[in-house]
Amino acid sequence: MNYTEQVMDHFMNPRNVGEIENASGVGTVGNAKCGDIMKIYIKVKDNIIEDVKFKTFGCGAAIATSSKATEMVKGMTIDEALTVTNKMVAEALGGLPPVKIHCSVLAEEALRAAIQDYKDKLARGENPDEVPSVEPEEIQYV
Amino acid sequence: MERIYMDNAATTRVTEPVMAAMQPYFCEVFGNPMSIHGFGREARKAVENARRQVADALKADPSEIYFTGCGTESDNWAVRGTAYAQIRKGKHLITSAIEHHAIIHTCAQLEKEGFEVTYLPVDEFGVVDLVALEKAIRPDTTLISIMSANNEVGTIQPIEEIGRIAKAHNVLFHTDAVQAIGSVEFDVKKMNIDMLSMSGHKFHAPKGVGALYIRKGVRPQRLIHGGEQERGQRAGTENVASIIGLGKAIEIATANIPRHNAEVSAVRDRLIDRILREIPYTRLNGHRTQRLPGNCNISFEFIEGESMLLGLDLKGIAASTGSACASGSLDPSHVLLAMGLPHEIAHGSLRLSLCEENTLEQADKVVDALIEVVNRLRSLSPLYDDFIAAQKANKA
Repeated sequence: MNYTEQVMDHFMNPRNVGEIENASGVGTVGNAKCGDIMKIYIKVKDNIIEDVKFKTFGCGAAIATSSKATEMVKGMTIDEALTVTNKMVAEALGGLPPVKIHCSVLAEEALRAAIQDYKDKLARGENPDEVPSVEPEEIQYV
Repeated sequence: MERIYMDNAATTRVTEPVMAAMQPYFCEVFGNPMSIHGFGREARKAVENARRQVADALKADPSEIYFTGCGTESDNWAVRGTAYAQIRKGKHLITSAIEHHAIIHTCAQLEKEGFEVTYLPVDEFGVVDLVALEKAIRPDTTLISIMSANNEVGTIQPIEEIGRIAKAHNVLFHTDAVQAIGSVEFDVKKMNIDMLSMSGHKFHAPKGVGALYIRKGVRPQRLIHGGEQERGQRAGTENVASIIGLGKAIEIATANIPRHNAEVSAVRDRLIDRILREIPYTRLNGHRTQRLPGNCNISFEFIEGESMLLGLDLKGIAASTGSACASGSLDPSHVLLAMGLPHEIAHGSLRLSLCEENTLEQADKVVDALIEVVNRLRSLSPLYDDFIAAQKANKA
């Protein structure tokens, strides 16, 4: 597998690893059966993604794309973050091998799921800044 | 950085004695073995010497050894050639669910061509079910093809018993011995093996040369048509230097198998024992004792194999994995799934495969590096978080 230097850098030194307590939104995509799970946490203030963290189970490309996606959206408004596509993440990493494009799709989906979670909370009248985030569906681990 | 190679099941290096044996057959002894003149005759003599070396290693007759381009070609020839040669007897073949793709994909293609194939199940250790084998044999069964040892998990199959069953039912028996040469003692007559495939680069010969043993009287249809090389059964000018290399390499590899196995398995056991003891949530894949001396295959829970490979590679260590992410397909290794491993455990498998050049010191370095890699990846894994949280909840 030939990864670019940027991919290897984000694999070895991933940015924004971790969790956010009382996150404004949490998105989890993928499943253990397929070999990758991404979980992205966002902290939103005044419509701006103030902080973002991730945890990823997966291959080198999955870890690198999670890291890169979080790096890209940090400081963006919600609307700006929604314009970030998997293609942009892959390009920012100098490209991905064709079989690994799937990983960048997951990164985009995890981010969108986290934003959706945030929006759902707003719609329910919850103030995500104060209410602890509801954990998404439990991942079944066998 | 010292690099450590523990991917000998993928390929091995050509050793110096093998290289030295091959050296004259590029620039000096370059004749075509099919030529009648002196240049040809000296090449022919060398090829026939290599044939004898291969025959000796299997306790076969040199006239029963055919050189091929690789192990895959040998497998294709044995399976496809036998299926078509015996088409009047029937169109049913038996193999196992854990064969190399050289067999599995050949069988799948034969199914498309109207043949019927039974894929025998294996137990949790990767051993082929012999009861299922006996049950699967039908009057129209023409071939049983079971590997001698598995390339991923190293499980050694009960070849002698399979040979006995095949003979009792008058069905031909082929074995893919690509991983087993040098680790398993072969006596093709005693073991009732009708055909046996091997690949040079798995035992320190170069890539691009293999051999197929075909017992006298067995006649699979030829795969490659052309000249009269290999007694008219495999056309194409002999890859002389590589054939010489294969002959020398198999002579060395089979000179003292018990000693080789004792030395290599000592390093393997150091790997297995330390990993299982020092890294929690790990499990050995394959059979604990009925196992190739050089195979260590372990699953690490909560993490994925390709990321482990990358982490080890950055530390100069070469390994392999059964994860989908490393293969380019969506499913993890068919071998691990056939053994009943859940997908997520198969994704987290790591294979370290040894040769006699790997040392105990290297094993220790690899385990030390692995501990760091596994800890780091687990710290990134949401599965590990969930598991630890669930454990805490259970205690509370």
